[in-house]
Amino acid sequence: MNKIAIVGYGTTKFSREEISIESLLLNATKSLFDQNPNLDQKDIDTVLVSTNDNTKYLSAILSELAGIQPKTSHTVESLCNSGTNSVVSAYSYIASGLADVALVVGAERRDSPGQILEWDNSRGEFKHPIFWGTIFTKAHKRKFGTTEEDLATVSAKNHKYAHDNPNAYSNKIYSVEELMNSKILTDDLKVSDCSRPCSGSSAVLLVSEKIVKKYTDSPVWIKGIGQKTLSASFTKNQDFSSMSSTREAAKIAFDMSNFTPNEVDVAEIHDAFTVCELMAIEDLGLVSKGNTAKFVKTLYETEDRKINPRGGLIGSGHPLGATGIAQIIETTQQLQGTAGKRQIENAKVGLVHNMSAAATSSTVLLLQS
Amino acid sequence: MSVFEAELKKGKFVIPECLICNDMVWPPSDYCSICFGKVNWRKSDGVGKILEYSKKGKIFFCLAEFEKKIRIMGTLQVYSNLPEIGKKVKLDTCKVDGRNYNFAMTLV
Repeated sequence: MNKIAIVGYGTTKFSREEISIESLLLNATKSLFDQNPNLDQKDIDTVLVSTNDNTKYLSAILSELAGIQPKTSHTVESLCNSGTNSVVSAYSYIASGLADVALVVGAERRDSPGQILEWDNSRGEFKHPIFWGTIFTKAHKRKFGTTEEDLATVSAKNHKYAHDNPNAYSNKIYSVEELMNSKILTDDLKVSDCSRPCSGSSAVLLVSEKIVKKYTDSPVWIKGIGQKTLSASFTKNQDFSSMSSTREAAKIAFDMSNFTPNEVDVAEIHDAFTVCELMAIEDLGLVSKGNTAKFVKTLYETEDRKINPRGGLIGSGHPLGATGIAQIIETTQQLQGTAGKRQIENAKVGLVHNMSAAATSSTVLLLQS
Repeated sequence: MSVFEAELKKGKFVIPECLICNDMVWPPSDYCSICFGKVNWRKSDGVGKILEYSKKGKIFFCLAEFEKKIRIMGTLQVYSNLPEIGKKVKLDTCKVDGRNYNFAMTLV
């Protein structure tokens, strides 16, 4: 099977800007071309667009706007983990020999229809994500004694790290105390516990091993891919204090890569809500269950950026289709040693965790410099 | 409109049960997700137990399980006792409101 590397990236700032989906996609693509002078439109044989937007034929539209005539182009949608799903699709095209150069661009508008899964009527009138976030949070509190301070610490850490991410939605640093006093949504969830929908776009370029050198001297290799979809219904989760799709996806990715959780230097975690960061760290095997709040508190107090160095979804914003790709870009920068103020010293192995719809589906990627 | 939704509009909570393997099918569907057998729609006794709960403002809501398989979220009417995990609930009313289903339960 061909080895596949990430050799380029581009992104927009994540914001509340009112902007068309086509412009978002093109802006991230232009950013990628601007940063990769050796890339020619004629090189690209696959264009994939990751989004939940209802606009049709976006990959062909983007291709035309960017002067690309790819062999393969289509949209990938899987709610919040559309981004990593699209990268896995691009990986598969290249690994199979159907393509050599794939441009993958994710984008979402702040008013994305992907924020609520209308089909899941088992949730009755409680379809808004804050309700599954509440159930997860309550269950985690009950099982592990997680406190409001623990949750606020996750949010404070991610806002703090986002301050050093020029493309992040949030640029304000908050104390744990301030966040503990933020607006109450339910008895178990505050505004500060939630990631925010926003407008944004991110792009990556994947190529086969034989042509890597044309584009970069510091490729980042995709070494492990794990995915698991349990259901579409939130209520099918068996245990609401952990995410079994993440556990299964992680096992597959670690097995494929031959890495172990102890070898991970940096991890991008899908913190849709603060409790999701705690749950994912446990389910990925990075920290034993019940000890994650203490682990995150230590990260925060020592400014160790191992988990969510760009500020996570909570600090960076959550433009659904772009999120997984933005996570991959951050990990790529970390492994290339180009993350600036956010840089983790000597990072060699990075993990990306991207999930959708209350962890009914998870993707885990393992990347290596 | 599915049988489930048609019955829900009448305020009745019905459960699809496979005519071949007898498994309950949830979320509601015309075919069994195990063997693709056709389903029979039967009335539920509407008694379940709380798996998790919380509160928004003054309104309790919960995730409850019925017949060891059917899981739904709805409002929870509480009178004297506070909700607890595993406590019994009764499904009082169900209806279709626009694109949403509404389930209202009472702590037994």
